[in-house]
Amino acid sequence: MITQWFFTHVDRRGGIVIALLVAIAFLVPLSNLLLPETSPLHIPTYLVSLIGKYLTYALLAVALDLVWGFCGILSLGHGAFFALGGYAMGMYLMRQIGPRGVYADPVLPDFMIFLNWKELPWFWYGFDNFWFAALMVVLVPGALAFGFGWLAFRSRVTGVYLSIITQALTYALLLAFFRNDMGFGGNNGLTDFKDILGFNIQAGTTRSMLFAATALFLALAVFVSSFIIRSKLGKVLVGVRDAESRMRFLGYRVDRYKLFVWTISAMMAGIAGALYVPQVGIINPSEFEPANSIEAVIWVAVGGRGTIIGPIIGAVLVNFGKTYFTAAFPEIWLFALGALFIIVTLFLPKGILGLYGSWRTKLADRAARKKDSAPPPVAAENVHLPEPQAAE
Amino acid sequence: MKAQDTLLYLDGVSVSFDGFRAINNLSLVLQTGEMRAIIGPNGAGKTTMMDIITGKTKPDAGDVYFNGEVDLTRHDEAEIALLGIGRKFQKPTVFESHTVEDNLVLALSGPRSAFSALFHKQSANEAERIEDILYTIRLNGKRDWLAANLSHGQKQWLEIGMLLAQDPKLLLVDEPVAGMTDAETAETAKLLREIAKTRSVLVVEHDMHFVRELDVKVTCLHEGSVLAEGSLDFVSNDQRVIEVYLGR
Ligand SMILES: Nc1ncnc2c1ncn2[C@@H]1O[C@H](COP(=O)(O)OP(=O)(O)OP(=O)(O)O)[C@@H](O)[C@H]1O
Ligand SMILES: [Mg+2]
Repeated sequence: MITQWFFTHVDRRGGIVIALLVAIAFLVPLSNLLLPETSPLHIPTYLVSLIGKYLTYALLAVALDLVWGFCGILSLGHGAFFALGGYAMGMYLMRQIGPRGVYADPVLPDFMIFLNWKELPWFWYGFDNFWFAALMVVLVPGALAFGFGWLAFRSRVTGVYLSIITQALTYALLLAFFRNDMGFGGNNGLTDFKDILGFNIQAGTTRSMLFAATALFLALAVFVSSFIIRSKLGKVLVGVRDAESRMRFLGYRVDRYKLFVWTISAMMAGIAGALYVPQVGIINPSEFEPANSIEAVIWVAVGGRGTIIGPIIGAVLVNFGKTYFTAAFPEIWLFALGALFIIVTLFLPKGILGLYGSWRTKLADRAARKKDSAPPPVAAENVHLPEPQAAE
Repeated sequence: MKAQDTLLYLDGVSVSFDGFRAINNLSLVLQTGEMRAIIGPNGAGKTTMMDIITGKTKPDAGDVYFNGEVDLTRHDEAEIALLGIGRKFQKPTVFESHTVEDNLVLALSGPRSAFSALFHKQSANEAERIEDILYTIRLNGKRDWLAANLSHGQKQWLEIGMLLAQDPKLLLVDEPVAGMTDAETAETAKLLREIAKTRSVLVVEHDMHFVRELDVKVTCLHEGSVLAEGSLDFVSNDQRVIEVYLGR
């Protein structure tokens, strides 16, 4: 029953990825916690957190691909939603510190004492409750995306113009969060976290649980994306991507469809940020850097735009490369990233997964021609991305 | 003539692009159930007229009424589509990365909200309608093909199929036989005549053989207004029509 329901909404490839993610959600913590450190299969805690961090990036990439790959909205500001989710989680973690801060104030975080503030600003209320913070993790990015999208999509801002204003959005937030009087720790951001849900945030078990939560949320995101893409709504989105005005002439309110997927995507990005912060131990305004959002676009492009799992592959591979390069040859990382982007746009327009897809179609085509029947010209997934064409 | 008893009523419509009058005091009336062929030289304003009817372009002046009472200048593309006006574009515009069947699924009349689309399940009735249309447009063997892999003529037919799926009262069909073989052209004329039995149709076409086969009243546009109107023989014997269009 349930499996049947599951497989009407997820294709085979999506199902495999979800199964893999659920498996590592259990196996990685088990290996870290139960195997002796001498075992070759033991995964050290630092690596658990590192992979956990990659998976939060993968979640951001899945969110971005939902709007870019399937609906043609190139967001250059998705890092803003990620960072907002991160700040919501950071505020909860700050309030968990309680009297254990340097100034030992039971309510006010250290940076507020430092600023000579006497009481908690109203927007910090409620963040001592995990459930409230968890709600804000999705509501704040969701509300911002909804307001922004409502204005932009109704006025039919598209293409490059839309990309530029998303970039402006994250830049404006960057400047705002830098200011001390905004009440989010200014330049230094939020850090020195002690525990989460009562568990020591540095402890190996907590780290493993955070990893497991990340893998499970990523699996959930893959499911939600598959559900959307395989529904009729997903077909409408792809139609909007390929021929937006044609969709309007069929009677669809394109702005509302965009608003829906845009808001869902921002919420996913917020969850990614919220999982990121406890694993790296800090959130500061640099997460709003426009460059971060652009990097996320590169992950999606590398992995394969318009596929559900391509972004995961892209995010993990590129960040693995980044970790390696920034340690081994710090000065060339940016050049390497730039070169990668150029190579992918020039030679792999559909990313790594597209390469695999076209190789598969070629094989299928050859097999079909051998049988002397007409080629089944359907690609396994939506890897076919024609140039956007205006209706008329 | 009064707008009340007409399906489509254009009166004194004008629109300019950067000072150039693409439509100039155009008046045109279509009765319910009527099929009309529109001819005219390149740049006469035929496509622009369809843009105005479907809400893509707002006229600078003039009245545009549908069904006698709906002022089309006050509605946008999606609303006009839902009122029952479907359109086939001059350049065939199908969703290339969708299958033939999915193109029809998207066009099929029914609720259009995002919520209903997310939880949409195809009903037996819908499946049957799609089956019928696939058969009508001769693409039942290619239902799983990506639309991108269809030939030009097949794309034209798919777009006509999408029009049918929309179940409109009025079909605006812009150059349906461009790029078709003679046999396909004849088939298309037959198909449109069949469609016109139950709906109103406005067809723009340059192919005179095709227009003759449609066997309907013809309107010739020139420089944004009506040059001549009547039977094809009447219009094609008009001295001015011969001068600006047929004679060339
Ligand atoms: N959006 C626009 N901006 C500027 N000029 C336009 C626009 N749309 C149409 N025109 C101009 O209006 C005139 C009428 O164009 P239209 O496409 O309606 O002609 P047509 O009768 O459909 O011609 P054809 O037979 O070549 O399709 C042309 O000169 C065209 O350049
Ligand atoms: Mg035209």
